[in-house]
Amino acid sequence: MSFKWMDRRNPICTLLVGIILIGILVVFIGCSEQSQSKLRVATTTSLYDTGLWEYLEPMFEEEFGVELDVMYAGTGKAIDLGQRGDVDIIAVHSKSRETAFIAEGYGVERVPFAYNYFLIVGPESDPAGVKGMNPENAFIKLMETGSGVFVSRGDDSGTHGKEKSIWVNAGFEYEDVQQVGSWYVEAGAGMGPTLVMANEMQGYTLTDMSTYLAYKSDLGLVPIVDEGAILLNVYSAIAVNPENVDVKNLEMANNLIEFLTAAEIQQLIGEYGVEVYGLQLFTPCAGNEPAS
Amino acid sequence: MTQLWDGFLKALELIYTFDPEVVQIAARSLSIGLTSIVIGSAICIPLAGLIHFNQFWGKRFLVSLIQTFYSIPTVVIGLFVFVMLSNAGPVGGLGILYTPAAIVVGQVILITPILLGLIISAFRGVDKTILDTARSMGASGWQMALLVIKEARFGVMAAVIMGFGRAISEVGISLMVGGNIRGVTRVITTAISLEAGRGDIELALALGMILIFLALVVNIIMNRIQQK
Repeated sequence: MSFKWMDRRNPICTLLVGIILIGILVVFIGCSEQSQSKLRVATTTSLYDTGLWEYLEPMFEEEFGVELDVMYAGTGKAIDLGQRGDVDIIAVHSKSRETAFIAEGYGVERVPFAYNYFLIVGPESDPAGVKGMNPENAFIKLMETGSGVFVSRGDDSGTHGKEKSIWVNAGFEYEDVQQVGSWYVEAGAGMGPTLVMANEMQGYTLTDMSTYLAYKSDLGLVPIVDEGAILLNVYSAIAVNPENVDVKNLEMANNLIEFLTAAEIQQLIGEYGVEVYGLQLFTPCAGNEPAS
Repeated sequence: MTQLWDGFLKALELIYTFDPEVVQIAARSLSIGLTSIVIGSAICIPLAGLIHFNQFWGKRFLVSLIQTFYSIPTVVIGLFVFVMLSNAGPVGGLGILYTPAAIVVGQVILITPILLGLIISAFRGVDKTILDTARSMGASGWQMALLVIKEARFGVMAAVIMGFGRAISEVGISLMVGGNIRGVTRVITTAISLEAGRGDIELALALGMILIFLALVVNIIMNRIQQK
């Protein structure tokens, strides 16, 4: 019993089989690249979306002859990846959670390498009348007037953590804020999509300076509140602790930390984006956190 | 409307200039999708035959269950596979998380219900008298199986095309267990998700159009084969 379409001499059949075999080969080559050593870093969406990692990645890979895999997620997920040992090092921006990560034995040492500032952006019309206030007072006014939508990241990210801390500083319990009504919107999304949502709803949101500047679509949102000590946003790198987590790459993780804090790279970080945006996206701070 | 048009122009530009990064992610989408459908078909065509041609207790329930899993969300499969393959998970030692192999595993799980369900339906459509005639002429088990596949080939091909479409278009699994790592596991769908999130709508639309174009090409090839 033979079927014409399975006839080996049929060229299209051969072609299809060929494509499939090549496909399988490519996938297996992909897997077997374990032979070249890899370093996996989990970082936040706000840092990743600026393109800084894509800029630094080839430099690091060339200097150390290793493949750098950059995963991005909200800070909460990035920390989870570190706890699971699915990454060798994390680079996030939530001091309290970073300290806990180390205190619980998952991380080795917190090394700040750059900082910038958060700001609250919103519609030009400023319906709640909070422009120019400090963040805590702006939040109090938002609560009082209830006019003006506020879009929260709502995703346990570093930015979300900062927003929560502003509410707390302003004297509110976060659970109460979540119940306050339809003007408080929990997006559950990354910084880019949250900005889009705030734009569509003509509402306010807390964003880091770099993502806001680097966002590639037109946003009808303007800076509303950009001064306040609480708005300091520090990015730190922490190597995952091989004593408590099943990771095997501490040496290369430490190389990445050294790389990020090296004078030459610190200068590049400081200059990143200046040409395109006319402003620094990041201020380098090699291991020393700026006094807030 | 201008965004759609700009997206279309950008797609043409990327195809025409063979933009290296786009070529890389398109090749990866294709190879992962094709691998998934090949492995899926290899498992599911015989399995569907086994299910269809045997009577056993709970068979109807099993078929219902298979059809229920048509609707399983890709993020759920992605989550399940992630938990399994994570370093902290049961099969973590394989070390395939965040590699294309992990995506293949997830996609095979995704398309198995579709392949099984549709191929069983295709087999159901084969006239029983053909099988009886073949058996009375002394056909062996293997020959009977091949006969059924040949008779049901249009249905089987439809199932395979459907399975491939489902695999190449999914995001949830690729994102969760692949991680969208540039140069390693970035595929078209995860790239669209990233670029849209960064506000580069034009590029996201362009990538979407390229994916559809690729699916069209693969389908044309599969249809040519079906007709031979």
